[in-house]
Amino acid sequence: MAIRRGRGVAAINYPTGMNLGGDPTQALVHSTPTGNFMVTLSSVDLGQGMKQIMAQICAETIGVPTDRVVVDTADTDTGPHCMGTFASRGTHRAGNAVIQAAREARQVMLEVAAEELEVNASDLETDGQGNILVKGAPQKSISIFDVALSAHFKRGRSISGRGMFLIPRSYPEKETGAMKPSTCYAHACTVAEVEVDDETGEVTVLTVKNVFEIGRALNPKMVEQQLVGGSWMGISHALYETTEPYYPNRDHGGTDFNQYLMPGPGDLAQTEIIVLERPSADGPYGAKGPGEMCANPQIPAVANAVFDAVGVRIDTLPITPERILRALKAQAAN
Amino acid sequence: MAKVPVQFTLNGSEKAEFIDSGTTLLNALRDKIGDTSPKGGCHQGTCGACSVIIDGELRLSCLTLAETCNGAAITTTSGLAEGGVLHPLQRAFLDTFATQCGFCTPGMIMAAKVLLDHTPNPSRDEVVEALSGNICRCTGYEPIIQAVLTAARANSQNAA
Ligand code: FES
Ligand code: FES
Repeated sequence: MAIRRGRGVAAINYPTGMNLGGDPTQALVHSTPTGNFMVTLSSVDLGQGMKQIMAQICAETIGVPTDRVVVDTADTDTGPHCMGTFASRGTHRAGNAVIQAAREARQVMLEVAAEELEVNASDLETDGQGNILVKGAPQKSISIFDVALSAHFKRGRSISGRGMFLIPRSYPEKETGAMKPSTCYAHACTVAEVEVDDETGEVTVLTVKNVFEIGRALNPKMVEQQLVGGSWMGISHALYETTEPYYPNRDHGGTDFNQYLMPGPGDLAQTEIIVLERPSADGPYGAKGPGEMCANPQIPAVANAVFDAVGVRIDTLPITPERILRALKAQAAN
Repeated sequence: MAKVPVQFTLNGSEKAEFIDSGTTLLNALRDKIGDTSPKGGCHQGTCGACSVIIDGELRLSCLTLAETCNGAAITTTSGLAEGGVLHPLQRAFLDTFATQCGFCTPGMIMAAKVLLDHTPNPSRDEVVEALSGNICRCTGYEPIIQAVLTAARANSQNAA
């Protein structure tokens, strides 16, 4: 009886969004009288930071500082439609919709500024600090604050825009079954090192090294935060969490946090995260969906590491001591 | 049901309420007094989200009857900032990106505050031990551990 070490590798492709009845999200953008911008969405921020990302995307597109943008995700009854925050789709789908809406709003903003400055709208640019300048003659400028005031009280214009992003449903071809379920894939690879006690069946994850290819990281610190949490969650799914330990039998299913096992701060593997940025073709500023996908590769990597350590292939999650001991027993019997 | 009076200080100000006997401190704080910083994750003492500080000790407000708190001094996360300036722990949680959905955060901060009040320069193991009664779904804990260590360093620099 001994503690045995093993190492496992796994790599994944992960689609951004889903392909059920088509995958749409809409966004509306409008300015306040003082030249701040509201983004209205039904998409929900569950803590991933979607509001921050949408503010960045809107600000970048309109050409104002991020703190001039307010994102309202208050109400799915009254907001523009969104399929929801799941399937790693929030940044990609809502981000594209926000870009479209912000472009339209920017165009109106430039038209109003052009009237004020008596130039062509196509000759104008933004400085990112809240001003609109004539290209090549930056001394001729107007603040976005003044443009918004003019639009509201003088020119009777609404500085606003509508955005819609839809990935249409893809049906399989009748003959071949070929289809295009997703337009955008993120990728990840994980190497996990484990120790398995072949007497108790207990698994300790020593290290987990992850590489994530997630398109452009629109907010690198928030991406890292998401990936660190996701890597931990992957290990948790691999080794601990289930509501159906004897599926389909409901016996011993956890009903509360007393009985639903999750690793705590004392059970952390040494974790490494590397981000590769390869901008996606159809993502907002090159982004892909890092959210859900980042908790996936650890699971097969841990299963492979357990196989490497003790030679048993556990194909049911989570990989509990009981399952390992039963498999070792079956292996010894053969 | 007959109401019972309770009186305590919450974050330095006097509170007096009539509550139903058997009301937990968590429900009294959130529903009667309107301090929603303690969160109800499990209501059975297993998640730590409802943690508050009562007379200097870390307590689970979901397992504490409000009527046992007469005369007590209660601190919650909403009372930590002073005049708009965040407490060093709050600052550190922001700076180290130690919060995502934020549901566990007030409980984590309470647990960390009691630790730092008693042990201003904790080891990593001491931080882990202090947080081990608190569940987080989102962060993977490491950023939270780093936040507490960062706040401890900031405190000791200020003291020096
Ligand atoms: S709500 Fe009190 S410990 Fe979970
Ligand atoms: S940040 Fe979501 S539970 Fe901790």
